[in-house]
Amino acid sequence: MSSESSVAPGLAPEEPNHWRRFLSIWVIASVIGTPLIVLLVGPLLGPSTGSEEAGGQHTIMTVLAAVATPVFMLVVLFIAYSLVYFRQEKGAALEGPAIRGNARVQAVWIVVTSLIVLGLAVYGTYELEDHYGHGSGSGPNPLTVPSGPKLPVQVIAQQWLFTYRYPTYGGVETTHLELPVDQEVEFNVTSLDVIHSFWAYKLGVKADANPGANNIAFVKPTKEESFEVRCAELCGIWHGAMVNPGKVVSATAFNTWIHEQQARLAPATKALPSYSKTYIPEPTRRAE
Amino acid sequence: MSVMAKKVIGVTLAVAVVGVAIALYVADWATSFPPPVSSTVNPVSAGGGANLTIETVGAVGRKVSPANPDWVSYLVKSHGRWVHSTIYTVPANSVVHVTLYEFDSASGLRNQFFSQVQGTVGGTMTLDGKTVNAVNGEEAAHSFAIPELGVFVPLPGVSEAEEEKDFCEEAPCEPGQYHHRTITFSFRTGKKGHYRWQCFVPCGAGFLNGNGGPMQTLGYMDGFIDVV
Repeated sequence: MSSESSVAPGLAPEEPNHWRRFLSIWVIASVIGTPLIVLLVGPLLGPSTGSEEAGGQHTIMTVLAAVATPVFMLVVLFIAYSLVYFRQEKGAALEGPAIRGNARVQAVWIVVTSLIVLGLAVYGTYELEDHYGHGSGSGPNPLTVPSGPKLPVQVIAQQWLFTYRYPTYGGVETTHLELPVDQEVEFNVTSLDVIHSFWAYKLGVKADANPGANNIAFVKPTKEESFEVRCAELCGIWHGAMVNPGKVVSATAFNTWIHEQQARLAPATKALPSYSKTYIPEPTRRAE
Repeated sequence: MSVMAKKVIGVTLAVAVVGVAIALYVADWATSFPPPVSSTVNPVSAGGGANLTIETVGAVGRKVSPANPDWVSYLVKSHGRWVHSTIYTVPANSVVHVTLYEFDSASGLRNQFFSQVQGTVGGTMTLDGKTVNAVNGEEAAHSFAIPELGVFVPLPGVSEAEEEKDFCEEAPCEPGQYHHRTITFSFRTGKKGHYRWQCFVPCGAGFLNGNGGPMQTLGYMDGFIDVV
């Protein structure tokens, strides 16, 4: 691309100022396009607003889309502009003039892209830790932990089902995940066999389930609704069927439900090992 | 024809042949399902519902499975014959009465949570004629679970002594010939659907975590319940 001040040899002197023209087009397109993307595409991005974490993830996705829009416009418009204005005339077989280095373009490119990437990295890191991992698995010792009371729920993955253990309710284990609304929840995610991944999309929670390891994720559900838990790590023949129903309910309904589970599943609870962050099941005779 | 042209044709043909062979293999694998076996539907005068008679064996044997004779497996009875299938058809909105003969010995549950009988009528099963609502998870040889329907039934195995005495090495195994445990339970079906079922005991001998081989192959330790 040339400008009036640096017209390459062989180009007509009446060549317009492509820099100014292209930048104008790009700025106008970005000013119009970015709000449109935020308003029209933004609501479709990321999980819903089922929890504080999900809402935060939705905001982050929207910010990323807003930042990416001008970059996307730059690339697409540059290609389109070049196709229109720098198209080789029919029958011509000349190569364009060689361009050897442009310190200003390179400097601007490096500085701008570095600022965008570093800015997003800082923003992402801040958001991640400001929201206690933002629903992601933060390992056995999260850097930041929400204050106040938390409901601990252990997620136990096995081929091919998730079960859930509530240590503060006698260690009862269930096949359904039920949570009280507006209550901070601490998921302790582990596996009894291979690597799985606990993914409650609507709640904005995703944490790998590793055998012999505890992976903590925090979430605060804000809406009473049903949701689905899926395994997000290919784990064998029934990976695609490793789906559980889940529900966020009122505190009263949760209390009723958990006490019903305690009574109904008393024999299973009695057979379970003491609550632990991880379990190493006895190797079975056949598996040895 | 030039040497180059011959080479191109040769390579093209070879690639095509290999591609077709791979496609045929994948198609064969993807469409190889055990035959669906229907439960026996009872007349209303006999209480209605449907009956399903199945058995689990410690080694399916060469006659039934030449490729994997030493794998554990389920078999189902159909018209008086044992059939090597794990796809069962049962009626919707009915009670399915299951009779299961367990010929294998214990492997033990990895998660003791499944030692409780869940999702059956009354939350119980009978084990050799005795009604129970839970078993010792260490004694489970296999389990029969339909997670979507909330059905989890642990299946205690025969003792090692009994197994050493008369281990059925070649399916089908007849209850009158070998030591076994008899388990009965009933579960309710709801709407029509295609539900997967599986065993939760890691009984795939010699595979990672005991969950490979027969645990990951349709026709052995998992299958479908077609509610129609």
